[in-house]
Amino acid sequence: MNQLDSPHPQDWPKSLKAETRALSFSYGSRLALKNLSIPVSEYQITALIGPSGCGKSTFLRCFNRMHDLYDGNRYEGEILLYPDSRNILASEVDPIEVRMRVAMVFQKPNPFPKSIYENVAYGLRVRGTTERQVLDEKVEQALRSAALWDEVKDRLPARATSLSGGQQQRLCIARALATDPEMLLLDEPTSALDPMATASIEELLLDLKSRVTILMVTHNMQQAARVSDWTAFMYLGELVEFGLTKQLFTTPSKKQTEDYITGRFG
Amino acid sequence: MSKSIVAGQEAIRIKKPDARVEAAARRRGRQRRERVIKGGLFFAALISVAATVTIIAVLLSESIGFFRTVPLTDFFTDTLWTPLFADPHYGILPLLAGTLVTSGVGLLVAIPLGTVAAIYLSEFSSSRLREVMKPVLELLGAVPTVVYGYFALVVVTPSLQLLWPDLPGFNMLGPGIVIGIMIMPFVISLSEDAMRAVPMVLREGSYAMGATRLQTAWRVVVPAATSGIVAAYVLGISRAVGETMVVAIAAGQNPNLTWNPLEPAATITAYIVQVALGDLPHGSIGYQSIFAAGLVLAVMTFAFNILGHIMRKRFREVY
Amino acid sequence: MSAQSSPHPHASIARRKIAEALFKVLGLCSLAIAVGTLVLLFGALLFEGITRIDWQFLMSYPSRHAAQAGILSAWVGSTLIMLVTAVVGIPLGVAAAIYLEEYARKTWMTELIEVTVTNLAGVPSIIYGLLALGLFVYIMGLGESILVAGLTLALLTLPVVIVTTREAIRAIPVEIREAAYALGATKWQTLTHHVLPYSVAGILTGIILALSRAIGETAPLVTIGALTFIAFLPPAPVTTHPPYLSFDWLLSPFTVMPIQMFGWVSRPGEDFIGNAAAAGVLLVGMTLTMNGVAIYLRYRMRKQVSW
Repeated sequence: MNQLDSPHPQDWPKSLKAETRALSFSYGSRLALKNLSIPVSEYQITALIGPSGCGKSTFLRCFNRMHDLYDGNRYEGEILLYPDSRNILASEVDPIEVRMRVAMVFQKPNPFPKSIYENVAYGLRVRGTTERQVLDEKVEQALRSAALWDEVKDRLPARATSLSGGQQQRLCIARALATDPEMLLLDEPTSALDPMATASIEELLLDLKSRVTILMVTHNMQQAARVSDWTAFMYLGELVEFGLTKQLFTTPSKKQTEDYITGRFG
Repeated sequence: MSKSIVAGQEAIRIKKPDARVEAAARRRGRQRRERVIKGGLFFAALISVAATVTIIAVLLSESIGFFRTVPLTDFFTDTLWTPLFADPHYGILPLLAGTLVTSGVGLLVAIPLGTVAAIYLSEFSSSRLREVMKPVLELLGAVPTVVYGYFALVVVTPSLQLLWPDLPGFNMLGPGIVIGIMIMPFVISLSEDAMRAVPMVLREGSYAMGATRLQTAWRVVVPAATSGIVAAYVLGISRAVGETMVVAIAAGQNPNLTWNPLEPAATITAYIVQVALGDLPHGSIGYQSIFAAGLVLAVMTFAFNILGHIMRKRFREVY
Repeated sequence: MSAQSSPHPHASIARRKIAEALFKVLGLCSLAIAVGTLVLLFGALLFEGITRIDWQFLMSYPSRHAAQAGILSAWVGSTLIMLVTAVVGIPLGVAAAIYLEEYARKTWMTELIEVTVTNLAGVPSIIYGLLALGLFVYIMGLGESILVAGLTLALLTLPVVIVTTREAIRAIPVEIREAAYALGATKWQTLTHHVLPYSVAGILTGIILALSRAIGETAPLVTIGALTFIAFLPPAPVTTHPPYLSFDWLLSPFTVMPIQMFGWVSRPGEDFIGNAAAAGVLLVGMTLTMNGVAIYLRYRMRKQVSW
């Protein structure tokens, strides 16, 4: 059922950062993802869309082994991370190693109750970096990448929770970028934000994709259409259609996709 | 059909005045009963206020009598506490020192062990171990204090004497350690509550950055739960300071101004027990002295309790 | 992108894993100390005391001779005092909890009651003893009696009963109350027909915990002047002639099990240690059983909750 009809070669990314091969996932006895094979194109944005409960967040959280935190979860299949073709689901792979390569930004901004500076420096600190100079440099660089530097440079010791929602989310992006991850996962990063803040995050993502591969879940089809290069439409834990965003939104090949993007269900 | 409806309405209209009066009377009766019930319940709830006020009043009124005889300066500066001797001295310092040393030893045991155990239970342990440990800790906290006193005197002190052969049979170290183990369940339970209240998204944020469980616990969960954890310590201090039977049994009954836990010394609570066991005439200075000592104890524990609850409340408001 | 800031990610992970393993050992050790203490404590008591527990020990008064001494007056005293505590403390505690949970509006008075309840829960038990000594024994002139001891322990356990009852009542969903009100029930009917019956297991848990705490309390009873040497029983509550009930026992002097144990522990010499341990075995056995029942009740409740 996951054999993709891809008559045109441009329907498949040229250079891959990662791909899932026959990935299934279950919470206890509930099968949440069924046999998914989805590519993630390098230095581009791949969006996952679908109605709530379709498994798109579950899919995303496989990429940094977040499900390992809870008992009773089981993966099957592979997620290959390139260039080294490492199967990050393999039992001998330490989830911490995966998370050091693949960073994540959550649905609701979740800054730690620490200073702005310490939030961004966190990833470096857990890796054992202590030199002040390195930290300062990395923090500034990450905040600049997240387009937050100008707003916070004068109050780095202030509590992160004093920032606005949009700023907090950009801080979380900066926190994720500070360790130079190879890939960035975003789980509905703007669903808790107002339209202005959403626009600035979207702009930021377009800036960032030249430097880091992005895989994002979005609840908002317009957002997927605006920012992503590739889109995967999921329904009930299965992949319905994958393709170039332009094509998927203009000439979907599946009836179900068409119904969803035209708002007939979901 | 319409006729019968009219007839029915008439019947109702005829009955109405009576029914209305009756219903009103029933309603008044019901309301009166509800008011009486509410009043009774309110009275029961007031008992706690009355008890608090009475505690303060009793302690103050007896202490006033005491301080008519004993100047406050003597009370706080004299280094001897011998109210029942021919040459009486009324310096609270020796009792205070005994209380602080035994509590201090207790905290040195309870805070590190309790915090580590709480972090372990909240962040590392399997749910099955947690399900088993929580009731066990509860049982540990339920053992009567007189039994802990026995334990300090008969088991802990003799064991310590293997390490320090010179340790006297009555000393502050043994009971201090036992107090620490006694308040440990309390510290664990309150600080674990505080840590579990830290939202999961914060932990996930940390794990997603490649942090280990220990790093997440130490750098994110504990700092986020700080005020709740400190509140657990403060409430633990309050318990240690007020602990009576362990010290009365195992720390000795002689007021002794020392900071050395290897020596015997009486605490405020042990003094009260010692006097109460004797037969002091009501109204004598000796009788009043236990209320003055009790007042010092009450002030200390009230202060710690209020501080602890403010911190807990503040912690609850954050999330 | 640029190179990893930490050059050897695997070395860094390994180092952190070692720290984590060490911490796990530390955590398990702390828990083991707690469990070990409980085991050691009970073991030590059993070792010293189990041979002393027999019919003679249960049915004898205290004595100058360790081998002839027993805890008859102590367990009778404990039982009667628990009776007073339960009769006074439970209705008051449950009523106060109902008031705070169901009737109280947010006023300064309610706030004051809440603050005093929390505060009373943290007041050292010996302070209750001083309260009882000043108020019940001297001002009210009730003497060093079973009644005073029962009232003191009732006050002491009041916060426990209030807090657990409130929790139990709060667990009943508001929909249940609304369903009753919608059928025309008054507040009191809603409470007695629905809220209280449904929360009875939780309330019972609180009562057991409160009584278990009261039965082990020593300091406040020592303070009001309980004696360690009582060689008689209080007058019987049931008499052979009308009105067949007597309350003289309420004003009788008393001793209780923990005080009896305290008396034996603090005697110089080794003779009475066995007696103290035997009393300790019974005391710990009782409190642990009561707590065990409470824990079990709570566990069952948690499993049954279906709203």
